[in-house]
Amino acid sequence: MSRILEVRIPDGPLPEKWSNYKAKARLVSPNNRKKLDVIVVGTGLAGASAAASLAEMGYNVKSFCFQDSPRRAHSVAAQGGVNASKNYRNDGDNVFRFFYDTIKGGDFRSREANVYRLAECSASLIDQAVAQGVPFAREYGGYLRNRSFGGVQVSRTFYARGQTGQQLLLGAYQALMRQVSAKKVTLYARHEMLDLVVIDGRARGIIARNLDTGQTERHAAHAVVLATGGFGKIYYLSTLAMGCNASAIWRAHKKGAFMANPSWTQIHPTCLPQSGAYQSKLTLMSESLRNDGRIWVPLQHDDTRAPGAIPEEERDYYLERKYPSFGNLAPRDIASRAAKEQIDAGKGVGPLKNAVYLDFSKAIGEYGKSTITERYGNLFTMYKKITGIDAYREPMKISPAAHFSMGGLWVDYDLMTSVPGLFAIGEANFSDHGANRLGANSLLQACVDGYFVLPYTLQNYLADEIRTPRFDPDSTPFIEVERAVKAQLQQFTDCRGSKTADEFHRELGRELYDKCGLLRSGEGLRNAIRNIRELREAFRHDLLVPGHTDEVNSELEKAGRVADYMEIAELMCIDALHREESCGAHFREEYQTAEGEARRDDERFCYSAAWQWTGNPSEPVLHKEPLVFETITPTVRSYK
Amino acid sequence: MDIVLKIWRQKDQDSTGKLETYTLEEVNPDMSFLEMLDTLNHNLVKQGERAIEFDHDCREGICGQCGMMIDGIAHGPLKHTTTCQLHMRSFCDGQTIQIEPFRAEAFPVIRDLKVDRSAFDRIIASGGYVSVDTGQAPEANSIPIAHHDAEAAFDAAVCIGCGACVASCKNASASLFTAAKISQMTRLPQGREEAGTRVTRMVRQMESEDFGHCTNTEACEVECPQAISVLHIARMNYEYNRAGIFFNKA
Repeated sequence: MSRILEVRIPDGPLPEKWSNYKAKARLVSPNNRKKLDVIVVGTGLAGASAAASLAEMGYNVKSFCFQDSPRRAHSVAAQGGVNASKNYRNDGDNVFRFFYDTIKGGDFRSREANVYRLAECSASLIDQAVAQGVPFAREYGGYLRNRSFGGVQVSRTFYARGQTGQQLLLGAYQALMRQVSAKKVTLYARHEMLDLVVIDGRARGIIARNLDTGQTERHAAHAVVLATGGFGKIYYLSTLAMGCNASAIWRAHKKGAFMANPSWTQIHPTCLPQSGAYQSKLTLMSESLRNDGRIWVPLQHDDTRAPGAIPEEERDYYLERKYPSFGNLAPRDIASRAAKEQIDAGKGVGPLKNAVYLDFSKAIGEYGKSTITERYGNLFTMYKKITGIDAYREPMKISPAAHFSMGGLWVDYDLMTSVPGLFAIGEANFSDHGANRLGANSLLQACVDGYFVLPYTLQNYLADEIRTPRFDPDSTPFIEVERAVKAQLQQFTDCRGSKTADEFHRELGRELYDKCGLLRSGEGLRNAIRNIRELREAFRHDLLVPGHTDEVNSELEKAGRVADYMEIAELMCIDALHREESCGAHFREEYQTAEGEARRDDERFCYSAAWQWTGNPSEPVLHKEPLVFETITPTVRSYK
Repeated sequence: MDIVLKIWRQKDQDSTGKLETYTLEEVNPDMSFLEMLDTLNHNLVKQGERAIEFDHDCREGICGQCGMMIDGIAHGPLKHTTTCQLHMRSFCDGQTIQIEPFRAEAFPVIRDLKVDRSAFDRIIASGGYVSVDTGQAPEANSIPIAHHDAEAAFDAAVCIGCGACVASCKNASASLFTAAKISQMTRLPQGREEAGTRVTRMVRQMESEDFGHCTNTEACEVECPQAISVLHIARMNYEYNRAGIFFNKA
């Protein structure tokens, strides 16, 4: 193993590793904790839960978010549910099975010890959320209800109607606000992190811009935690919020934190199809809909009949046909690719022929409309608001869209990046989902990282910091980084070119969808790299940002994010090009079986690719973290 | 369709704002309202002019960040719908649409259509939580909650904190927002021990901000994107009085 990538997995058999870690982890005594400051960037499930938990322990926390309130972070939009191996259904679930499902779902490209810990801590999360007052769905007897989700054969998903993310986030947000009230957390809403300050090789603070005043600010701390989510928005059209971005992690990357598997993006199968060029996002319809909805396309090409007019025998329920044991609940990467296959074959439906049907008529017939309303009411309402169509009477039209970043900052077992003192949690890191994330594991990972892992591992780091005095944010290292940040902002407004940040972003997004999306090929990726370089060059010279840096300026905010996307996009393509195999969401056309399934190459690619910034976006250095499977044996992933 | 827009422009909190008129041609009825504003902003920026600042994020109707007065109605003409979920098919060709920020003293304007709603965060911080630290939780199924209680709590918990209730209220009252959180917690056994303290503190915090009082006009319920019932306000008042009698020390 490369000495640069120290994973630091604890000793012992898999089920004992986390206990062993906790038994040996160093502690900070309560009277020393108040001397230590921690910056947490991001207030989604990972950030809010971490900030609240650390403050409860007695640390001083500064919490940052770019939204106007921490409650708006994009975890709020997660719909379907959160997994936990409680085995309340007595259907054979346990920690090992959950661990195995997740590893297999990720196509054997994640770290055993991290995934096991995720499964192990899952049950505590449900306890914590219920104690906070999160109104999960209940049986009539008052006990918690479960449903099943893609890629598994047990029912381990807990849910709160179609708003599980909202309810979990409000629980974490309320815990955070309780600490704000206790003066253990200082909240900086409408602040965007624009750079990391590293002193003597350790993360010591950030530069943030107050989006209300345009002023940059210097903030110092003993450790910095990034919980800034994923960067699927790089594809422009995605299920993400408009403000989601990669700037915090990318700027940390440029300060020494490695990016791992950046090209692994989950393209979610159940989103609303694009309807026009003005479109700003693609709305996600929860995967939970696949519990009761059946996916089909007309058997005939270019069939323009209304769905109700197509008789049963002229429909192709292709997921049920191709993957009989999982059917409509096949994992996301497989369901998305299968949809693209049908659409590319000319069987797509809708005005742009870019969608497939998701049909509830059978479920409504079986369980009645009221049951379906209770399960998915808000999703049906949302569908109607956006499309004007009543999905109780007519099938939904859905299509794949960029959704979740499995890749992110490389972290060790402690969730610390390659910069000591800089931690990455939730979707911002890379560790648990391998090459494909299972549904309802994302809320779980964010919460487990924030509530149950980071409070131990960060404390283990901070134990060495009790004698480190507070850093002065007016010292030279902070002032220098701030100066560079200001210079870049000034450059954007001074450029006075002819194209807006959105125009550049749209162009970049199209390129990525086309060549680094559901299907990738060596030729396409090489081509994309050339085009991205050209686009980046054009961006440098031809960007148009009206207004000034010292005021509210949303165009300036976008420009900074797009500037980073221009560099990440190339790294994504380099990463996808170097990985000459297909695994999970990464599907290289050259590497597939005769049946069109992914062909993994464990001989050559059983590793995580951690990329180091060199100063030139075209020449990153690759470090390999070999994936060592001590407990399980990677197999060919089959859902047939 | 072609539309005329009268949009509130205001440089900052200290400046005087005014309505500016813009025209937008070839608007697609399937566009969302915010995509229409994106298109207008694109045109403005291309001419080197400042974009109209407005708040928005998820564009799925759940984050609560968007919100503006559209022809005098919070979130516009479609009932129980956030601005981001409103589509141009709700308007007619040739229509003039007036867009202003949410108006309330407690929501000062930051720029154009952006307002500061941090008063809501302070209300939650004053008591809108169950005081449980990470690690203290008992086993989840040890707290059974009847299905209808969980559902009733949920009906209040769905609040997205957008502020349409305040903007719709002639008194700019935050009662519906505050009551929704109190009512959610009241329906659940968790945190029952601190119910009196919670309602007392939250109501006091609400009153210390620049919100007005509730006079039961029920406009908030009509405009609430989540259709949260005003009956929660009645419950809040009941709980507040109850706390005054039983938990006087709070």
